[in-house]
Amino acid sequence: MAVQEIALTTSGAPGNSLVDRLHGLVVTVDHKKLGLMYVGTAVGFLLVAGLLALAIRLQLAVPNNTFLEPDVFNRFFTMHGTSMVFLVGMALVSGFGNYLVPLMIGTRDMAFPRLNAFGYWMYLFGGLLLYFSYLGAPGLAGHGSAPDVGWFAYAPLTGPAFSRGHSTDYWILSLLLTSIGSTVSAINVIATAVSLRCKGMTLMRMPLLVWLMIVVNFMILLALPALSAAQIMLLIDRYLGGHFFDTQAGGSAVIWQHFFWIFGHPEVYILIIPAFACVSEIVPVFSRKPIFGYPVMVGATVMIGLISTSVWAHHMFSVGMTSVGNTFFAISTFMVAVPTGIKIFNWLGTMFGGRIRFDLPMLFCIAFLFQFLIAGLTGMMLGVAPLNWQLTDSYFVVAHFHYTLVGGFLFGMFAGIYYWYPKAVGRLLDRRLGLWHFWLFVIGFHVTFDTMHFPGLLGMPRRIFTYDAGRGWDTLNFVTTIGAVLQAAGILCFVINLVRSAKQGKLAGNDPWDAWTLEWTTSSPPAEYNFATKPEVRSRRPLWDLKHPEDPDWQYE
Amino acid sequence: MINDASLPLTSAASDWSLPSSRKVAIVCLILTETGLFSIFVAAYLFYLGKSLTGPTPREVLETPVIPTICLLGSSLTIMLAERALRRQHRRYFQLWWTITILLAALFLGATAIEWHRLITIDHLTISTNLFGTTFYSLVGLHASHVIAGLCLLTLVLFFSFRGLVTPAQHGRIEMVSWYWHFVDAVWVIVFTVVYVISR
Repeated sequence: MAVQEIALTTSGAPGNSLVDRLHGLVVTVDHKKLGLMYVGTAVGFLLVAGLLALAIRLQLAVPNNTFLEPDVFNRFFTMHGTSMVFLVGMALVSGFGNYLVPLMIGTRDMAFPRLNAFGYWMYLFGGLLLYFSYLGAPGLAGHGSAPDVGWFAYAPLTGPAFSRGHSTDYWILSLLLTSIGSTVSAINVIATAVSLRCKGMTLMRMPLLVWLMIVVNFMILLALPALSAAQIMLLIDRYLGGHFFDTQAGGSAVIWQHFFWIFGHPEVYILIIPAFACVSEIVPVFSRKPIFGYPVMVGATVMIGLISTSVWAHHMFSVGMTSVGNTFFAISTFMVAVPTGIKIFNWLGTMFGGRIRFDLPMLFCIAFLFQFLIAGLTGMMLGVAPLNWQLTDSYFVVAHFHYTLVGGFLFGMFAGIYYWYPKAVGRLLDRRLGLWHFWLFVIGFHVTFDTMHFPGLLGMPRRIFTYDAGRGWDTLNFVTTIGAVLQAAGILCFVINLVRSAKQGKLAGNDPWDAWTLEWTTSSPPAEYNFATKPEVRSRRPLWDLKHPEDPDWQYE
Repeated sequence: MINDASLPLTSAASDWSLPSSRKVAIVCLILTETGLFSIFVAAYLFYLGKSLTGPTPREVLETPVIPTICLLGSSLTIMLAERALRRQHRRYFQLWWTITILLAALFLGATAIEWHRLITIDHLTISTNLFGTTFYSLVGLHASHVIAGLCLLTLVLFFSFRGLVTPAQHGRIEMVSWYWHFVDAVWVIVFTVVYVISR
């Protein structure tokens, strides 16, 4: 019955001209198209923000360089950070959630498809508004340009007295827009995963990715309002003469930091957990073993979500909190390492004794494991309050969080893209170009960010636009820049691969990786309705049950 | 295009039911709104007594007893309206729903009068001191939620008079009432923080 209805709607397919296809993108409410639009837009912003990073690195390559003016440099690192977190990271989270959650739980679309489209367009226009600041902020007064206050925009430096013109307003308003997009997308993913699972898919049979997406989206719901509230307060200060962050009227110079990091620290887990999610799906398939310790993985993720709400002030050890405060936040920071360590051991346990296939998604996962481990360890170093006083605001911190966000998050996302691209496009990404991407990026990554720890230890502060020769930072900075160029070359291979393989890649078939979750039962790319008949599952690996009727999983779970 | 795996049916499948996505979504919305209000409440409490100049809360604030009764009462009337709809009493639904709207409007009117008095007589504006900044932000954030709720309520009443609100729509109407209960619950917090603790 359902099959016939659907067959009728697909027969009237629109034309294939460029205008028709663009029109299709504008009016679509299909979770797969929107998911791909999220990922595509995010890759676009990744390129722009990556170019900004490259410019920053070129400026810092040699001492007393004049490649970028100081104010241009400030704008570049602000736009780089803001774009990477809100326009790349959050969009990849939404994109993967949108594309994969309905497919993995065996349903036909998100719970609220139109709300989904609304979320995407809020995100896109928020992102465009941020970059429009280059043209819009100078305005008639010719005052200011893009935001130049850092991605965390510490008030009171962003207050009306110190940030003239409209650059900070662009930062506030564009992020308020993307936050609305992220919030509705989060509500949608949770409602979908909770309410639309196919028959038999109990909570403990959900693929880990879906579990992790639920946790992440709850974190978005709890953390983002803190940023929005702080931004609304800042707007009140800037436009209505409020005093939230106005020290002249008794306002606090520290409370913005609290509000920002109440959002900001969960935010970094919001970014890294989707990478965990991809790794948790990919490692079992390429190790030919079910995931090791599924319930513990779920519990560890929920624990990360809970603990992450009480670690924010470890970003603020140097503002002079009480010793009780410092101790509390140091201890809670160490506690996050426990569930995270459990996860790393579980991935290793999954790989242990498995028949590992070194395909591209798996390569990125393995690199992820090692890099994320090191990133976690430097995180622990920074969690030690006294050492933090020494290292804070130095390049050591920059190296640490790029280790988590590039070496962890981005590698996880690359793994996910190599893994699900064949499902979304119907063709495999080219292996040779993929290997070029992998090796250039891995080597570039380590050359850049391993090296970057050392100028930090030697006292090089972050956000400086240049430095004098002879401080022992020269060679290290030059090497760091070489690594950045290598990474850029790797990204170039990746983008060429994405574009070329869409036309010329090997046909993937429904299930190129011999995987076990429901999305691989659909055609590649899946039909608009995903599943002609709604599937029903009896275990965590429904496709395994189907392929191995003699030894199905549900006999053991 | 149809290449689905037909997976074996189980006996448990017949009684497969999940929570309504609408309810999950509204609970999520309430959760994130709670986060927003928490930060404003935290700011209000943090800046309590830190204003460098007057007026202070003790000098100018008066406990809004009647508006509070109106708003909390509207939670009751919307419940009665909802029950009337479920029992297919359209007239009663419209009656209770209209009363709810009137009570909400009374609350907003009282807020307007209070603000007018504060601004013109007590000379407290959002830029006067920290108290003004935090007071107008927190109470204003709540009032803006009341306004949003009032729009929703009025829209439903309009649809009801066009004959579009049938008992089949009860699930949707229920969500409006959940949001309304949330707005009322927030007022309990705001009232306690602003008018009880702080004076």
